[in-house]
Amino acid sequence: MKHTLLRHSSRALLLALAGLGFTHTATAEVSRGALMATTCYACHGTDGRSAGAIPSIYGYPPEIMIAQMKAFRDGTRPATVMDRHATGYTDEEIKLIAEYLSTLR
Amino acid sequence: MEQMSRRNFLRALGAGGAATALAACGTLPDGRKGKAQVVVIGGGSGGATAAKYLKRFEPGLRVVLIEPNARHHTCYGSNWYLGGLTRMENLEQTYGALRDRHGVEVIHDTVTAIDRDTHTVHMAGGERLGYQKLVVSPGIDFRYEAVEGYSAAVAEEIPHAWKAGPQTVTLRRQLEAMPDGGVFVMVAPGNPFRCPPGPYERAGMVAHYFKQHKPRSKIIILDNKESFSKQGLFMDGWKQLYGDMIEWVPSSQGGQVERIDAATRTAYSDGGLTRFRADVLNFIPPQMAGSIAREAGLTAETGWCPVNQLNFQSEMDPDIFVIGDACIAGQMPKSGHSANTQGKTAAAAIVRAMANQDMLALSTVNTCYSLVGPEYGISIAAVYRFTDGTITGVPGSGGVSPADAGPNFRRQEARYAQGWYDSITSDIWG
Repeated sequence: MKHTLLRHSSRALLLALAGLGFTHTATAEVSRGALMATTCYACHGTDGRSAGAIPSIYGYPPEIMIAQMKAFRDGTRPATVMDRHATGYTDEEIKLIAEYLSTLR
Repeated sequence: MEQMSRRNFLRALGAGGAATALAACGTLPDGRKGKAQVVVIGGGSGGATAAKYLKRFEPGLRVVLIEPNARHHTCYGSNWYLGGLTRMENLEQTYGALRDRHGVEVIHDTVTAIDRDTHTVHMAGGERLGYQKLVVSPGIDFRYEAVEGYSAAVAEEIPHAWKAGPQTVTLRRQLEAMPDGGVFVMVAPGNPFRCPPGPYERAGMVAHYFKQHKPRSKIIILDNKESFSKQGLFMDGWKQLYGDMIEWVPSSQGGQVERIDAATRTAYSDGGLTRFRADVLNFIPPQMAGSIAREAGLTAETGWCPVNQLNFQSEMDPDIFVIGDACIAGQMPKSGHSANTQGKTAAAAIVRAMANQDMLALSTVNTCYSLVGPEYGISIAAVYRFTDGTITGVPGSGGVSPADAGPNFRRQEARYAQGWYDSITSDIWG
């Protein structure tokens, strides 16, 4: 009984919304990895596809991305600016960014 | 099935709050009956990024970008033009990709008013548009009255050139017309202001031009503060490339300009006791949030817009997000890069709010490249977190280029400065 009521009120609301022209329902989820990865795009291009002299990071296998970020962070890989960026992220954050970037097609 | 209904019900309830607000104002004035979902005011670095990323995060969303100009000239890179390294056309951005590739509706008009009660934006052309959420990215306006003798009218002859466009061209022409041995005086504002390293990059770029074409000339920076961004790197670079051509005068030593005499191109400080006579005078006034933010009541007494620094939601209105130079964003500088990363953050916050999800942990960054010379680049970088209600740099990260770096490093950063420009402009308008 309770469920039926809920269903009815739900339908009524959706109908009311449709009447207002509100056909859009948000379905996407912006994940933490996705949002963090967007911070790379300013220099490395949208989705990591660089438009100029800065290297592209599109299509990097996650394990290579993780290894390189950690090497920038601990100074074993020389850098002009990436050392200053990599030190801003934890292991978990680097993993989230790398895994998100690897999902891009 | 029952679970589905429950989820839909919750979703509908979430959207219902906003729908009710729209229903309260009846049919939307634009005649498109409640379909406008997110309106973005301003097509600069912040607004254009927000519009693009709203569509990327949620392609089903209707996003309308309102921007007066069909072409936008980036402020970043405009010093390179002054130095003769690039042309104005190379700084020009347009809105075709936002419209055609990303599905943003672009309206070229000026917003004259934001009616927060009815969630309606009014435009100079007479059109009105309803919104569910509004992103305000108006950039800066100048406090012309802050110094005696300066005004919007005077700025036509004594350019600020702090918004890229006709003023930038005016300043370049004045520098070209200046005889060898002349004096270029720049007045740099106190904090906070758009592009903290900008005045000092400009000094280097003008010096580069002088060194080639009028090497006996002099550059004086009158500064309304005691220190500046990347100061050690800039001063070291100036000395290496330009000898003693550039002189920097801090506020305590006569740099605090109080009056301008446009007719004689003279800047006065120390109660009129100290004066600097220029052949070309470039006055960069103190600044505040763009007028539409002030008129809509989104600013604090400081002239800037206070926001929730987790998601850029205005402290004055929960349905408005303010990004870019106009907002107060903790330790983030007023830069194009900051505006870009803030636009993405606000877009994520809006899309998540519409799906009844809490905002994620803040993740923003900034990288400002500056050229001291064509082959001499320096940078400052930071990674930010939301800590105790404000945006702060992650301890142990960020900072400036190393002081002891050699010429290869500087050359590499000069290449990356152009690479940064190419990538960020494609990330925003491409």
